[in-house]
Amino acid sequence: MTPGLHHYLIVSGLLFSLGLFGVLARRNLLVIFMSLELMLNAANLTLVAFSRFNNNLNGQVMVFFIITVAAAEVAVGLALIVALYRKRQSAHVEDLTRLKY
Amino acid sequence: MDAHAAQHAIAATPAFSSQPEDLAWFILLLPLIAAASIAFGVRRSSFLSSTLSISATVVAFFLSIALFLAFGVGGYPAVTSPFNWIHVGGLQVDLGVTVDRLSVLMLLIVTGVSSLVQIYSTAYLKGDPGLSRYFGSISLFTFSMLGIVLADNLVMMFVFWELVGVSSYLLIGFWFDKPSAADAAKKAFLTNRLGDFGFMLGILVVWSATGSVQFTQIGNVLGGNPGALGGLASIAGLLIFCGAMGKSAQFPLHVWLPDAMEGPTPVSALIHAATMVAAGVYMLCRAFVLFQAPGAWPAHLWFLGNISALDIIALIGGFTALLAALIAFQQDDIKRILAYSTLSQLGYMVMAVGCGGPDAAMYHLTTHAGFKALLFLGAGAVIHACHHEQNIWKMGGLWKRLPITFRTFVIGTAALAGFPILTSGFYSKDAILVAALDGGHPVLFGLGVLVASFTTFYMLRLVIVAFFGPYRSEAASHAHEAPIAMTWPLITLAIPSIAVAWFGLGDYLSSHFNPHFHAHEGGGLFGPFNHAPLAAVFGSGALLFGATAAFGLYWGADSDPLPARLGLLGRAMRNRFYFDEIYEGIFVPMHDMLGRLFGAVDRWVVSGLGIRGTHGSVELFGRALRLLQTGNLQTYTFLFAAGVAVVVFVATK
Repeated sequence: MTPGLHHYLIVSGLLFSLGLFGVLARRNLLVIFMSLELMLNAANLTLVAFSRFNNNLNGQVMVFFIITVAAAEVAVGLALIVALYRKRQSAHVEDLTRLKY
Repeated sequence: MDAHAAQHAIAATPAFSSQPEDLAWFILLLPLIAAASIAFGVRRSSFLSSTLSISATVVAFFLSIALFLAFGVGGYPAVTSPFNWIHVGGLQVDLGVTVDRLSVLMLLIVTGVSSLVQIYSTAYLKGDPGLSRYFGSISLFTFSMLGIVLADNLVMMFVFWELVGVSSYLLIGFWFDKPSAADAAKKAFLTNRLGDFGFMLGILVVWSATGSVQFTQIGNVLGGNPGALGGLASIAGLLIFCGAMGKSAQFPLHVWLPDAMEGPTPVSALIHAATMVAAGVYMLCRAFVLFQAPGAWPAHLWFLGNISALDIIALIGGFTALLAALIAFQQDDIKRILAYSTLSQLGYMVMAVGCGGPDAAMYHLTTHAGFKALLFLGAGAVIHACHHEQNIWKMGGLWKRLPITFRTFVIGTAALAGFPILTSGFYSKDAILVAALDGGHPVLFGLGVLVASFTTFYMLRLVIVAFFGPYRSEAASHAHEAPIAMTWPLITLAIPSIAVAWFGLGDYLSSHFNPHFHAHEGGGLFGPFNHAPLAAVFGSGALLFGATAAFGLYWGADSDPLPARLGLLGRAMRNRFYFDEIYEGIFVPMHDMLGRLFGAVDRWVVSGLGIRGTHGSVELFGRALRLLQTGNLQTYTFLFAAGVAVVVFVATK
């Protein structure tokens, strides 16, 4: 059985849900960050799948952009997390409520 | 009509060709340049300031003479309007100057008296630390006054009108550290504002009815259709008159002028005798065409019949003349006697305008400017000599001590009293009495004669008490004649108070207001006795009567015999008929009450409900909303994701 478009989309949906769950449920910033990457890659998978099945390269071009931006985002995000950790000795989201009110 | 044609000829010439009337712009701007240079430049040096101010005014005076020779003597009226100032909708206001017999004459008066007063001030105010400020203010005043004189439309006149108010405020309050001077300045300004408000409304009425604010255009509209003002004719006239009522201090707005004597005496001579107070009368004459419209009232005021604005103006003028003369009877302050005398003479002029004799009013304005400035400057010399003593009962015997001041003061008094043949005042006063007779106001004629005798009486009282008899105080016995910078202007002003130079002025002015005027046969020095003997004889009789009474009562008197004889009336006169007290009892509390009411509305409704209310409710809402913020990142993320889900669900359904 050759996998069809809907198989890819189901996998992508699962990945996205896993990522979202991670973002919402985990407390450690690093894990949340990793979950975010998972969500991004779920989107990438969708784009590549559509590109393949629709014979249109636009989707793949889009994916390149997303990978590039994600790399930059990781660099900045990790730096922020490290800086935060140095300052507060913690990377847990429930400790980061200083901007409330 | 040939005046009109000449004007068209002027209008047709190119804007930048130089006309003799362009001189008027220089005359107008010279004092302004002096004032600005003093304010921004040479303020630190009082010598430079006074020199600059005086030379600007003197040059303006000589230019005025040139203009007078070009236009006053057989010239044609000219209006230049080179600057289009405001053009909004139907309103067109130009910056233009009117050069005709009337304005040229006023230019001479304003610049001439201003020059002499400034020269006098250098000695009178010697060593005063505010001398530069004084000369700056007086230059500003001269500029404003020239603006009123030259303005060719009501709006421009109104602007300068207000400027005169401001500079008069500065000059009355020159010694502002004295509370009475500061109060007097405020009173003068506010009282004038009251009249100016009416003036402004009048300008609006005239503009809406005739579609123009320019004097010649208004004249053309009203000339073509005398009923153009419709039912508003009388009201428009009275509103315009309100402005004159404030500036020329007519009842009931007369209260500021006596208080304005708190300013330096030369200021009283310039502003409160010769120029600013004359502005009201001048304006009435300039806008006289408005008052010639037949009297008419709006429908619901039908019971006023066809009383014209002029009738009411004549009554107010006559009443002011009588009232002020009565008050002057019982004043002891030399400057206040002169102030009430000025009020009385202004009432005279306004009465002349009301009787339909603007030429007589302008005639008296001109002669009065000369001799009243002379009298004020003389009073200043007396005050200066007596170490700032102003009570005439503490002077006495000054004729020996101050020979020049005494002689010139007597000339001024004779002119004010209207001594026949010899003095200018006789001719102008006679012109007013004739105007009252010709205008069909025999009652006002009688009143004028009465006031003339009163004038003689209180002026002779002043002269006899202050200059004759024994020295009544230490200061008077040590008095010494004023320096030459003060006596010289006195002598110069005494010359025009004598008749010779003036008896042709009446015809000069009459031919301005009436192009078909022909001089009377048998004019000259004895003219009044020839062509209107009734007025001349009554006027001379009034003088004789007043003089006899004054000599009988005051010659050799040690104290004022009048209070005992007049009883209650005398006390009322002494207390200025309680006008200040009445105003303080009625208008000031009313004004304060209104002020408190508006203050409360502002505090509780505008500020409380409006501003604090809005601000408070917004803040309350904000405080409630911020409780929704938990600060937890994941709560936000969840709400965000849930929101996206809802949007996607709704969008794809």
